[in-house]
Amino acid sequence: MQTLIIACGALAREVLALIKLNSWQHIELICLPADLHLRPEKIPDAVEAAVEGARGKYERIFVAYADCGTGGLLAARCEKLGVEMISGPHCYSFFEGNAIFEARGEVTSFYLTDFLARQFEAFVWKPMGLDKHPELLELYFGNYEKLVYLAQTEDEGLTAAAKDAAAQLGIEFERRFTGYGDLETALKP
Amino acid sequence: MSDEEDDLILDELNDEELVLQMYDDLYDGMADEIAEAVHILLKREWTPYDILTKALVEGMRIVGIDFRDGILFVPEVLLAAGAMKKGMVILKPLLIETGAPQLGKMVIGTVKGDIHDIGKNLVAMMMEGAGFEIIDLGINNPVEDYIEALKRENADILGMSALLTTTMPYMKIVIDTMKEQGIRDDYIVLVGGAPLNEEFGKAIGSDAYCRDAAVAVETAKAFMARKHNQA
Repeated sequence: MQTLIIACGALAREVLALIKLNSWQHIELICLPADLHLRPEKIPDAVEAAVEGARGKYERIFVAYADCGTGGLLAARCEKLGVEMISGPHCYSFFEGNAIFEARGEVTSFYLTDFLARQFEAFVWKPMGLDKHPELLELYFGNYEKLVYLAQTEDEGLTAAAKDAAAQLGIEFERRFTGYGDLETALKP
Repeated sequence: MSDEEDDLILDELNDEELVLQMYDDLYDGMADEIAEAVHILLKREWTPYDILTKALVEGMRIVGIDFRDGILFVPEVLLAAGAMKKGMVILKPLLIETGAPQLGKMVIGTVKGDIHDIGKNLVAMMMEGAGFEIIDLGINNPVEDYIEALKRENADILGMSALLTTTMPYMKIVIDTMKEQGIRDDYIVLVGGAPLNEEFGKAIGSDAYCRDAAVAVETAKAFMARKHNQA
């Protein structure tokens, strides 16, 4: 019997990298669309459908989502379904480590992960309508001071992309290498 | 928009057609056209209050419904709000002059640790349009700021907004502090923000969770009516 990880699509590369790194041969991965983050209220139903579809086929089912803007609803649903999930508010937090992230208490920082650095146009710029209406930039980002790129890997191309994103948003740039943070701990058998 | 619509001369439309056109222009976020239409209606001796409520607020109500139903998204709503704001800039001094009805006073702001003010600004604008006086505390407000403003302004309503799962629990701190000070029941407390829900609103002791700006307006009106009935 295998373990199934039901993950946010934004974590696919990272979960696959951890599976490879740790030779976790007992783990299978399915991903839900990353763009569910644009409508977080849909995440609990999507997770439930995936869990119910996999019931009985795996010894353990793990949900690789944090709260992700569901306001506690995903945690409540996972509890009802009897499956575990990642603790913490979102992936920025668990990549950096939930305790460290909370202690920093950064209010005016906007975060990118490797996924978001790679997909900045598709997951940030375009869904916010900034490609067509750059005049909305101030409304969205006027209160932010800094873009913090939480890097899971050493990748110069992604660092450059994240730096470009900060310039596009007109805010300062900082890169922090986090590795996989609490994600690795959470997925460990 | 088709070329035919682009060529519309707003002044040639009758009142009913013009108001319908304003709904379309709000929907499409056409701020200049809204400003022009407001001037035309003023010239036709509409009261500022009627222009605000029958054209702008009603137009934004339609935008709000389509946002709720997933037909419109945040960028479109922001553009529509920008268009409404352009109309309100013209009407605001006139509304003060003509003494439009005031339904109550609301202190509003995002909670400590939260800088996301798009929803809060939409609520403030729609509440103002509906006839509430707004005291906007802006972003990142500690409990002391809310309470000081409520007392100073002799407000009726406290509105708190949060976008983050990590900051929404702060609303309970504000409400608990109000309870400790024995002032909780002096105010109507409305809460809102993307990760909130009705259950959360009840659990922290608010009077109501408002899922969007239109609901906030209706809820505030209902609570104010109840308050007056009790008085």
